[in-house]
Amino acid sequence: MQDDVIRVEGLSHRFDDLVAVDGVSFRVRPGEVFSFLGPNGAGKSTVINVLTTLLPLQEGEVVVAGHDLRTEPDRVREAIGIVFQEVTLDRDMTVAETLLFHGRLYGLLRGELRERTDELVRLVELETKRDVLVKHLSGGMKRRLEIARGLMTRPTVLFLDEPTIGLDPQTRARMWDYLRGVNQDGTTIFLTTHYMDEADQLSDRIAIIDRGRIIAEDTPLALKNALGQDLVYLETADNGRARAVLEADPAVTGVREKGPAGLLVTVSEDGTRIVPRLLESLREGGITLDGLNIKKPSMDDVFIHHTGRALRDEGAEPFAAVMGRRR
Amino acid sequence: MEQRFLTIYWRDMLRYVRFRTLLLSSLVQPALWLAFFGIAMSSSFDAVAAQAPAVTGIPQVGYLTFMCAGVISMTTLFTSLFGGMSLIFDKNWGLLREVMAAPMPRSNIVLGMGLSGITKSGIQAGIILAFGLLLGVRFFAGYSPLQVVIAVLGIFAFVSVFSLGFVFLSSAIAISMESPEGMQGIMTLLTMPIFFASNALYPVEAFPEALRVLSLANPLTHVVTGIRYFAIGPEFSAIGRTFTCSTADLLVSFGALFLFAAVTFLLALHRVRVARVT
Repeated sequence: MQDDVIRVEGLSHRFDDLVAVDGVSFRVRPGEVFSFLGPNGAGKSTVINVLTTLLPLQEGEVVVAGHDLRTEPDRVREAIGIVFQEVTLDRDMTVAETLLFHGRLYGLLRGELRERTDELVRLVELETKRDVLVKHLSGGMKRRLEIARGLMTRPTVLFLDEPTIGLDPQTRARMWDYLRGVNQDGTTIFLTTHYMDEADQLSDRIAIIDRGRIIAEDTPLALKNALGQDLVYLETADNGRARAVLEADPAVTGVREKGPAGLLVTVSEDGTRIVPRLLESLREGGITLDGLNIKKPSMDDVFIHHTGRALRDEGAEPFAAVMGRRR
Repeated sequence: MEQRFLTIYWRDMLRYVRFRTLLLSSLVQPALWLAFFGIAMSSSFDAVAAQAPAVTGIPQVGYLTFMCAGVISMTTLFTSLFGGMSLIFDKNWGLLREVMAAPMPRSNIVLGMGLSGITKSGIQAGIILAFGLLLGVRFFAGYSPLQVVIAVLGIFAFVSVFSLGFVFLSSAIAISMESPEGMQGIMTLLTMPIFFASNALYPVEAFPEALRVLSLANPLTHVVTGIRYFAIGPEFSAIGRTFTCSTADLLVSFGALFLFAAVTFLLALHRVRVARVT
C-alpha cells in the first residue's frame, strides 16, 4: 500500500487564549477525497492554513506528500495546490495572466507554462475567457479559475477551503463535477465544507469536526449507517405522550424532538416495516397523528447525532429537510 | 539563480500600465508642479535674486532650474512611499496569500517591489526632466553629449537608490496594515516633514539649527544634492546664494542614501518574513 498523502498527529493550534484546533489526528490516502465537515468556526480553516504553511505549526506532527511540515515547508509548498475560501484573484489580471503568474511563482519553465495553461483553461472551460480580465468573470468562473490555478503545478494534493461557498446550486453541481474529474485524474483532494450535501456528494471519507476536535470519521455511508437504519419523523397532537409510547417499542433506538412540532425516531430495522406497528401503538394510546415521514439518515442527521445540535449557522427547516432530501 | 522577484515585478508593472488614469495622473502631476508652482515662484524669487550682486566665475541659475531637482525628488518620494500600498490591496482582496504560500524566499517579494519602484520613479524622473527642459529649466548647460549621458546616469542612480529606500519603508509598513485608509494617513504624515525639512525648494543653510540637522538626516536632501550636482554642476549660484558640492559631499550623500536603502531593505525583509496572511 502507498504511503498516506497527509498524516496528521495531535495537531493543536491556538490564537492567544482561544484553542482553535485541539488535538486533531487523521490520515488521507492517495487518490481519495477527504472532507472536513463542520460549522463555521469549528477550526476547519485553521487546519487547512497550517497544512498549507500559511500558519505556523504550533503543536503536533504533520507530513504532507512525504515531507515533514516542520522541517521542509518549501517541499510541502511545492507538492500542494490551494484554493482559498475567499476569492484571491487580481481583478485586473486576465485569466491567462493569473495562471502564468502562479506558474512563474512556482518556477515553472516557459514551455510548461504554456502547455499547462492551455490544458487547464480547457479543463475548467475558460478557453474563450483566456484574455478576459478577472473582474468580468462570474462567481463560478472565478472559482474555476482558482481551481485551475491550484492545479498549475500538478500538485499531489489539492486543498480546497469551502470551494462552493456563495455559489448558486447549478454552479455548485458543476463545480463538483470538475472536482470529481480532477480527482479521477489522480489528484488527492482535501476539502473543508460546512455543507452536508457537499461532503456527502464528493467525499470518500469525512471527518466531522466541531469545536476544534474530530468527533467522527468514516465513509459517508458508514457515518449514516451508524445512526441505525432509518429515521421516522412524526408530528402528533401530544408529543409528550407519544414519546413514551414510541420509546416502549423494542425497535426504537432513540426519540428526539425536532423542530417546534416534530419527533425524530431512530429505528434499528427497516422503517417501512416498523411504522405500521408504531402507528397502531399510537392509535391505541389515543394520540392523533398529524404528519409522518420515513427517510434514510442524511449527513445533517449524522451531524446532529454527534454534536447534539444542528449546524449553528444553518436555519432550522425540519420539515423541508425531511420532505426535500429523501435518499 | 533565483529570479522570481522578476515575476513579482512583472505583475506590479502589469497593474501600473493597466490603470491608465493612475498612470496618466502620476505623470501629469509633477509636470503641473513644475508648470504652476515652479513658474510662479521663480517669477518672484528671480526678481529678488536679481538685486543681489552676481557671483562671478560660477554659473548662475534661475529658481525654476533650482527647484526642478526638488520636484523630481518629491515625485519619487510620493511614488515610492505609495509603492507598498499594493501589498495592502493584495492582502485584503488579492494575491498575497498565494504569494506567501509559494515555495519561494520572501526576499523575492521585497526585491520585486523595489524594482518596480525604481522603474516607476525612473519613468517619472525622465518625464519631468524632459518637460522641465521644455519649460526652460537650464539643466546640463554647456555639457558635452558625453557629459549629458553621464549626468543623466548619475541622476538615475541617485533617484533609484532613494526610491528603493522609500519603497522598502513603505512595504515594511504596509505588510502589517489592515486598511488602505490607515496607510494613506501614515504616508501623508510622513511626506510633509520629509518634503519641507529638505533643500528641495529652498537652501537649508538659513534653517534654524535643529531643522538644519534634521534636513541633513533627510534622504530627500541627499537625493536633491545629487541631482543638482549632476544636472547643474558642483558649484553654482541661485536665489542670491552660492551652492557648492564637492566630490566628497556627493559621495557622502550617495552613501547616506545607500545606507538608508540598506536599512529599510532589512526592515522590509524582516517584516515580510514574519508576516502571516491567512
